[in-house]
Amino acid sequence: MNDLSASSRITYGAVPLQPGLVRRVRGLSDKALAWLFITPTIVLLLAINIFPLVWTIYLSFTNYRANRSNAPVKWLGIDWYQTILTDPDIWAAMQVTAHFVFWTVVIETVLGFGLAFLIDKKFRGHGMWTTIILLPMMLSPAVVGNFWTFLYQPQIGLFNYVVAFVTGRSASSFQMLGDVTLSPWAIVIVDAWMWTPYVMLICLAGLRSIPDYIYEAAEVDRASKWRQFWSITLPMALPFIMLAVLFRGIENFKMFDMVNLLTGGGPGSTTEVASITLKRAAFESWRTGYSSAFAIILFVTVFGLANIYVKALNRVKSR
Amino acid sequence: MSLDAHTPMPGRSLADRILRRGPLEAIATTIIAAGVVMLMQPVSLTLYSWSFATTLFGTVLFTIVSKVRE
Repeated sequence: MNDLSASSRITYGAVPLQPGLVRRVRGLSDKALAWLFITPTIVLLLAINIFPLVWTIYLSFTNYRANRSNAPVKWLGIDWYQTILTDPDIWAAMQVTAHFVFWTVVIETVLGFGLAFLIDKKFRGHGMWTTIILLPMMLSPAVVGNFWTFLYQPQIGLFNYVVAFVTGRSASSFQMLGDVTLSPWAIVIVDAWMWTPYVMLICLAGLRSIPDYIYEAAEVDRASKWRQFWSITLPMALPFIMLAVLFRGIENFKMFDMVNLLTGGGPGSTTEVASITLKRAAFESWRTGYSSAFAIILFVTVFGLANIYVKALNRVKSR
Repeated sequence: MSLDAHTPMPGRSLADRILRRGPLEAIATTIIAAGVVMLMQPVSLTLYSWSFATTLFGTVLFTIVSKVRE
């Protein structure tokens, strides 16, 4: 039986392929076939990623408003960028974001590395403990937001009762989500609770990648455990820690869902991170051109950080 | 005399030694990091105003130098 007759009987599901089609596909070069397969992906990527980005860049130079789509669109140049970059309110939102990013990254890194260091020691039931520690990371941010809103309730919330039990003050005497001093820390606590396991996983991968013979050589040289930690463990796990720091930094810079569910940016604007300011400008004030410019500023920042992240990732890969 | 990785090769100019991907990427990364810090610092509104330009410059520089030879 020759190849053509064999291929003419090829079926896709219940539909037999036409011999003419098979012959035409066979006539294509490898490069043409590769293009044939990759074209739908490229078209999809252009349609849902590149086009909206280019369109947002265009809108950021105009006075377009999505709720007045028939109004004439006026070209404003870089006016919105100048407005945003000289606005003290946006600067304040950036500082709220900085507080959130800095403290979540610090807490998650310290706790995550500490947990990874403990879990890396083989002990009875360490697999079970790893699974339990990883549970918060597997939940949806929407679920976590609602769940912690109940935990932070001054009347019935478990968090207030635990704090009251430890400190001795009344459980209903403070509101984590309603107090201007406490609410920035309330969102930090929730993010740290949810994402410390992720940092732990990355650090654990770093710790497990250190070969045992290095520790054995250090033991032979009579290096203390403290010296082994500072001279072997920490330097060799550092690229992985850097990776976790960058990844969490980028993710928290963009944080929206959890903060929106917990506080919605309040009380006042004490937890109004950049993405919440952006959402308010875009979908409450309907300043589409302005919010597009703001989105581009945030995008360039995240893109710049992502470049550093990829560089760190390549360094880890090359190890 | 032994040659190690840090010994400058005869005939290679200063520009050849500096215009490599590694050092250029490090410069671009530093500029991006400086831009991000300027964006989020609480000290000066002027620094905040220049943060976007700095980050954009660093990002464009990084994109260009990542194509330079090793």
